[in-house]
Amino acid sequence: MTAVATPGPVTDPGSRPRRSRGARGRPFGRNPLGLLFSAPYIVFVLAVFAYPLIFSVWMSFQDYFFSAPGAQVDRPFVGLANYEQVLSDPAVWRSFGNVGIFLIINVPLTVVLSLVLASALDKAVRGRTFLRVSYYVPYVTASVAVVGVWLFLFNGNGLVNQILGPLAPDPSWLVNSSLAMPTIALFVTWKQLGFYILLYLAALQNVPKELYESASTDGAGRIRSFFSVTVPGVRPATLLVVLLSTITGANLFTEPYLLTGGGGPNGASTSPVLLMYQKGLEQGTPDTAAAIGVILVILVLGIALLQRRLVGGDES
Amino acid sequence: MSTTRTRTSRTRRLTTVAALVTAGLALAACSSGGGGESDGGRGDITIWYSNNEQEVAWGKQMVEAWNAENPDEQIKAQEIPAGSSSEEVIGAAIAAGNAPCLIYNTAPVAVAQFEKQGGLVNLSEFDDGASYIEERTGDAAQQYQNADGDYFQMPWKSNPVMIFYNKDMFAAAGLDPENPPLGSYDEFLATARTLVQSGAAPNAIYPSPTNEFYQSLFDFYPLYAAETGGTPLVEDGAATFADEAGVTVAEFWRTLYDEGLASNEQYQGDSFADGQAAMAIVGPWAISVYKDVNWGSVPVPTSTGVAADEVYTFSDAKNIGLYSACENPETAWDVLKFSTSEEQDGMLLEMTGQMPLRQNLSETYADYFTENPAYEMFGAQNARTVEVPNSPNAVAMLQAFRDAYSKSVIFGEEDIQSALEGAAEKVDDLAGQQ
Repeated sequence: MTAVATPGPVTDPGSRPRRSRGARGRPFGRNPLGLLFSAPYIVFVLAVFAYPLIFSVWMSFQDYFFSAPGAQVDRPFVGLANYEQVLSDPAVWRSFGNVGIFLIINVPLTVVLSLVLASALDKAVRGRTFLRVSYYVPYVTASVAVVGVWLFLFNGNGLVNQILGPLAPDPSWLVNSSLAMPTIALFVTWKQLGFYILLYLAALQNVPKELYESASTDGAGRIRSFFSVTVPGVRPATLLVVLLSTITGANLFTEPYLLTGGGGPNGASTSPVLLMYQKGLEQGTPDTAAAIGVILVILVLGIALLQRRLVGGDES
Repeated sequence: MSTTRTRTSRTRRLTTVAALVTAGLALAACSSGGGGESDGGRGDITIWYSNNEQEVAWGKQMVEAWNAENPDEQIKAQEIPAGSSSEEVIGAAIAAGNAPCLIYNTAPVAVAQFEKQGGLVNLSEFDDGASYIEERTGDAAQQYQNADGDYFQMPWKSNPVMIFYNKDMFAAAGLDPENPPLGSYDEFLATARTLVQSGAAPNAIYPSPTNEFYQSLFDFYPLYAAETGGTPLVEDGAATFADEAGVTVAEFWRTLYDEGLASNEQYQGDSFADGQAAMAIVGPWAISVYKDVNWGSVPVPTSTGVAADEVYTFSDAKNIGLYSACENPETAWDVLKFSTSEEQDGMLLEMTGQMPLRQNLSETYADYFTENPAYEMFGAQNARTVEVPNSPNAVAMLQAFRDAYSKSVIFGEEDIQSALEGAAEKVDDLAGQQ
């Protein structure tokens, strides 16, 4: 019998001892200072994001409630019971449906409006700074403050209904089961527009001017240039805007809580996060709240992956 | 041999370190929490009280009076930290282990949940615990017992909910401001129509139409208590409200919304103070708040209009909890008794206008009620109040009810009977869970 030697990986015979020495001599790698500088952020991420995320997944499989330190309480493993309870609750389904309506209105509107306005601002000669600040102010203003303005505009006797007169909806915007969520979606779109405009403005700086000149030479007008040069040129930014607006939209809480007083009318504006707040903090059942949270994370991840496929965004 | 010596030396070092750590922890424990040295449950304590102006003033004088007499057992007091609700702040403090010894303004709706969390001390375990509570509060104390008959809360004060009305608006509508017809539902509705149709008031009454779990305690529940002669929302582990009385009360409110006599839109501010409503459904705390309104008060209506001295209502009580994080519970119990003594209850009544949960209130403070006739009816009403469900799931029950009420009564999108029955089913289910 002849032993057949299997060829092993081709390695530089001299490199192994060097690597080994390096590993022994540099337990923190080649740039320990870099590790030192990034350590606080790593610790922050682990403590503030990773640990709570893992803990909430664990919590969703237990009969869990908050208790005083040292209190003897029983928190047995309940398997999928919390998920079964959550998925059999019509209020939970409705909240996911509500946030779906919100995203269908908010995300496309955010992308279109912020791109169009950013393109206009990029070309504006006069008052550019003033306009940029004007769009950005609602974003940096606390929701609690601007919600008051919208309540003034959209309540039954509000300015919008006074202008509309007999065309005003009945019941009014924020107490109308069909219109409450779209009104909230419009509010959030308006409030966050400034941030997304800034993202697009930055992206527009990277679109080569020569492409516009070439398009112009080829006889393309403004609209043709916009669709043939601007839109493809800012595709990575579009993906970012789509992802960010989806993630922030899925975490909707403040606006329905303040605009419609805790999710009314009839829960037509209750979001999953608002429901988590009610169940986890008000009703003392953080286990079911955690189950809603886990489902929400999975759904958002799924949507984000789908969006990445559809919108693209890779430079390659 | 050398190995043995090394091991011995290491063991000794470890023992020394362990001893130092233990001593350090013991010292740290002695100096934390209660805020002073602990001596068999006695020493300094910390308390939180409510943050409204009148109660802060009462709390400060109470603390000063105690501290002057007890130099070795001082109270450190502060207003309850700001949060979206005091129940959430207290729940967080329990979980964090930094709750103070006593919290004034502990809402009964949250007490069973706090008990389940291991956050409260069983007051019945003090030698004179149950007897003190029952002697002071009388029969009403039973509403604050848990299923085992123990007290995890000291019944403190109530704000029996009644109808406030704006005399000027009533006069402008051609109604008698001193004797308004508001006793029966028919009278109330006729008065409400007159107020709105005459243009004297934009709304007859304006309870908050929002969906927070506690809102039904200020529209449906007082009238349900009145209609049933004091039946609580949940009795013997089952919902009561899906009965004829519940439907009658719900239909009354539905009529007000349907005819535009009450608005289903959220109002930012105080509709009664702002002149947006001719009536409000509030407790005696409102007396000091509505100084600029020429108001009168009557009991909540019933379908047939029973006599005022027979009308029940919601208590809107706030109680005192002794929290398990307290290192000096003996002192805390003494402070609790001191702050609910006849003298301090009198001060509370005088400074805040809120009713101490004390039996024979009107007789005990007869002089006060003679001098302040506006409070007299609230004092009398104090004996006829009902409480929220006493269950760890009380908030979930109230939310289930509010969802159904909101849909059927405020927005009229579901049949009232079926909505109440659906809510009752959920409440029964929650009542069966621990």
